[in-house]
Amino acid sequence: MSIEARSPPSQFAFRLKRALGGRAGWGGVALQIVFVLILTWIGYEIFVNARANLESQRIASGFGFLNNTAGFDVSQSLIPYSGSDTYTRVFLVGLVNTILVSVIGIFFATVIGFIVALGRLSPNWLVSRVAGGYVELIRNLPILFQMLFWYLAVLAALPGPRQSISLFGIFFLNNRGLIVPSPIGEPGFGPFMIAVLVAIVASVILHRYARRQLFQKGIAIKVWPYVLGLLIGLPFLTALVFGMPFMLELPQLKGFNFAGGVRVIPELVALVVALSTYTAAFIAEIVRAGILAVHKGQMEAGLSLGLGRGSVLRLIVIPQALRVILPPLTNQYLNLTKNSSLAVAIGYPDLVSVFAGTTLSQTGQAIEIIAITMGVYLALSLLTSAIMSFYNWRLSRSLEA
Amino acid sequence: MKRVSLVLTLAIAAGLAAGPAAAQTLKTIKDRGTLSCGVSQGLPGFSTPDDKGNWTGLDVDICRAIAAAVFNDPTKIKFVPLSAKDRFTALQSGEIDVLSRNTTWTLSRDTALGANFTGVTYYDGQGFLVKKSLKVNSALELSSASVCVQTGTTTEQNLADYFKGNNMKYEVIAFTSADETVKAYEAGRCDVFTSDVSQLYAERLKLSNPADHVVLPEVISKEPLGPMVRHGDDQWFDIVKWTLFAMVDAEELGVTQKNVDDMAKSDKPDLKRAFGTDGNLGEQLGLTKDWFYRIIKAVGNYGESFDRNVGTGSKLQISRGLNNLWNKGGIQYAPPIR
Repeated sequence: MSIEARSPPSQFAFRLKRALGGRAGWGGVALQIVFVLILTWIGYEIFVNARANLESQRIASGFGFLNNTAGFDVSQSLIPYSGSDTYTRVFLVGLVNTILVSVIGIFFATVIGFIVALGRLSPNWLVSRVAGGYVELIRNLPILFQMLFWYLAVLAALPGPRQSISLFGIFFLNNRGLIVPSPIGEPGFGPFMIAVLVAIVASVILHRYARRQLFQKGIAIKVWPYVLGLLIGLPFLTALVFGMPFMLELPQLKGFNFAGGVRVIPELVALVVALSTYTAAFIAEIVRAGILAVHKGQMEAGLSLGLGRGSVLRLIVIPQALRVILPPLTNQYLNLTKNSSLAVAIGYPDLVSVFAGTTLSQTGQAIEIIAITMGVYLALSLLTSAIMSFYNWRLSRSLEA
Repeated sequence: MKRVSLVLTLAIAAGLAAGPAAAQTLKTIKDRGTLSCGVSQGLPGFSTPDDKGNWTGLDVDICRAIAAAVFNDPTKIKFVPLSAKDRFTALQSGEIDVLSRNTTWTLSRDTALGANFTGVTYYDGQGFLVKKSLKVNSALELSSASVCVQTGTTTEQNLADYFKGNNMKYEVIAFTSADETVKAYEAGRCDVFTSDVSQLYAERLKLSNPADHVVLPEVISKEPLGPMVRHGDDQWFDIVKWTLFAMVDAEELGVTQKNVDDMAKSDKPDLKRAFGTDGNLGEQLGLTKDWFYRIIKAVGNYGESFDRNVGTGSKLQISRGLNNLWNKGGIQYAPPIR
């Protein structure tokens, strides 16, 4: 008599049941399907209702407006733009301006944040109190208020274009912004850029090589003199051989304003200063928490090996602290990006100002424009999260290795 | 600002605008007991609240006149202050019944926004305000200037057209509210503040030293300002339209707030028709027979409202000009009440 092998229960059905219904089993699955159906129905009703109402009131809808001529100008644009371009172009101008503010803001917020955190942890009484005072003052004041303060304070203190503060006749500071000479490419520009690129790549390779030597053979190589030589020497040599890479066009007072040169508008300055100092206060607390989360035995061990305080922080404490710091740091980066939409209050032409503002009121197509704008902020946030997750993944991998 | 428009957008999306019921604006207002009127965030002469929260101005008087015609009470109004950018969304979503907020009548606004202009309360044009110390005498000398402007207005586009048309370079800085725009102008961020001329005179009063600023002679655009209502309710459209006409006709007929009681007893046929002692014109509008009397009793005729708010009886001291009656050298003209 042969014993029939009992066939195992279908793995697929079992997994499906667990995935969809959890512990509740098939009842849970049914419940979830009903829930999704209701959600879809609500979404559909909203869509149909909105469309019917728009049609009955003969309000224009659809995305055709994006190809219409905008007919208004924007104060700052990194891509070529004039009033005769389309609303699509306006959208891109706003998007680029938003990204610009976010990237610069994130950079400075991180730098200031780390410095303040280290200052707060410093054994020096004065330094730690000043850093503590900074955090408590800045993070407890509303960001919009700080923006207006920087904007109006910066503006009120600066003279008009005709009484500009001049630095060596090259840089000019007035209430229209900071005007710096703009580089104009010369024949030597191409080789110069190639030299810079080569120097950067070579430096990175050199750095990696030194690291490997250190980890595998225990040989410490001082690379920074070579790197410095590469980064300065190579472009300099190229400039000697091929001639000047660029000429500087000096700004000149012409009419009401300066002509020539590149101008950093005060709206951008005020926005970046406000956003980065504000976010830095939060980042400082996050970094401080991260560093304190590393057991103090690590610090003591490092010190007893004869390393300096800076080296212990850089080599031992901060790499471990980063694991704690990264997730909340990502939150702050996202907050900064979203807070940049307050730019509209001080006349900086970001996405909300030129697209969800001017374009909206000129076309009246609120639903489409608000949907696009929300989509953009969502995409920007998800992108930032993705980058930070990737970094976190690499970090945890290298710590485990 | 962003939050307001987001909420309004969601309101449209969720269908609070109630498309089919839009034909019953008058009934909705009567059931609610108040008229919801969209006004500016504070523009002297047109719509501005005093320290007790009472709104006055030319645009406000239109709303008061409508409330008087509907309720026989010019105070039954909820004023909704709106930025230039949010005003149309508020009207589309049904948050307000009428938008009376120095809004320029253009073709695209009359069509694609899903709204109708009901008439012209003020014939305006765009101008430039500059500091006297710049020694500029004409707008054509403004090449390379920085210009402050309020976003979401026809002003922004006229500005681009004007400078492009005259081959002049400029820098534009756009703000959401008029207050921010003026503040930036005063702080020296711009050389020029541009807007409708009436608004330039009104905002100049807010500057710390109005005499240091001058409005340039050029008027670069036509800006007929008027009230707006939603598409789809012709009865309500008629009521708002004829409220303004009643005020203009009253001035032409010589009916004022003071003499309205005497004039109501007049035997003149055109007055009898207007006051409803002969015929039922008010009822044809969906109002009462004494609608005309109610309007004039509450706010006076167009000329009185003009003088009180922006004209010789006000701080603005704007002359009637184009806004005078057609038979007195202006272009204000209302169809007859008959």
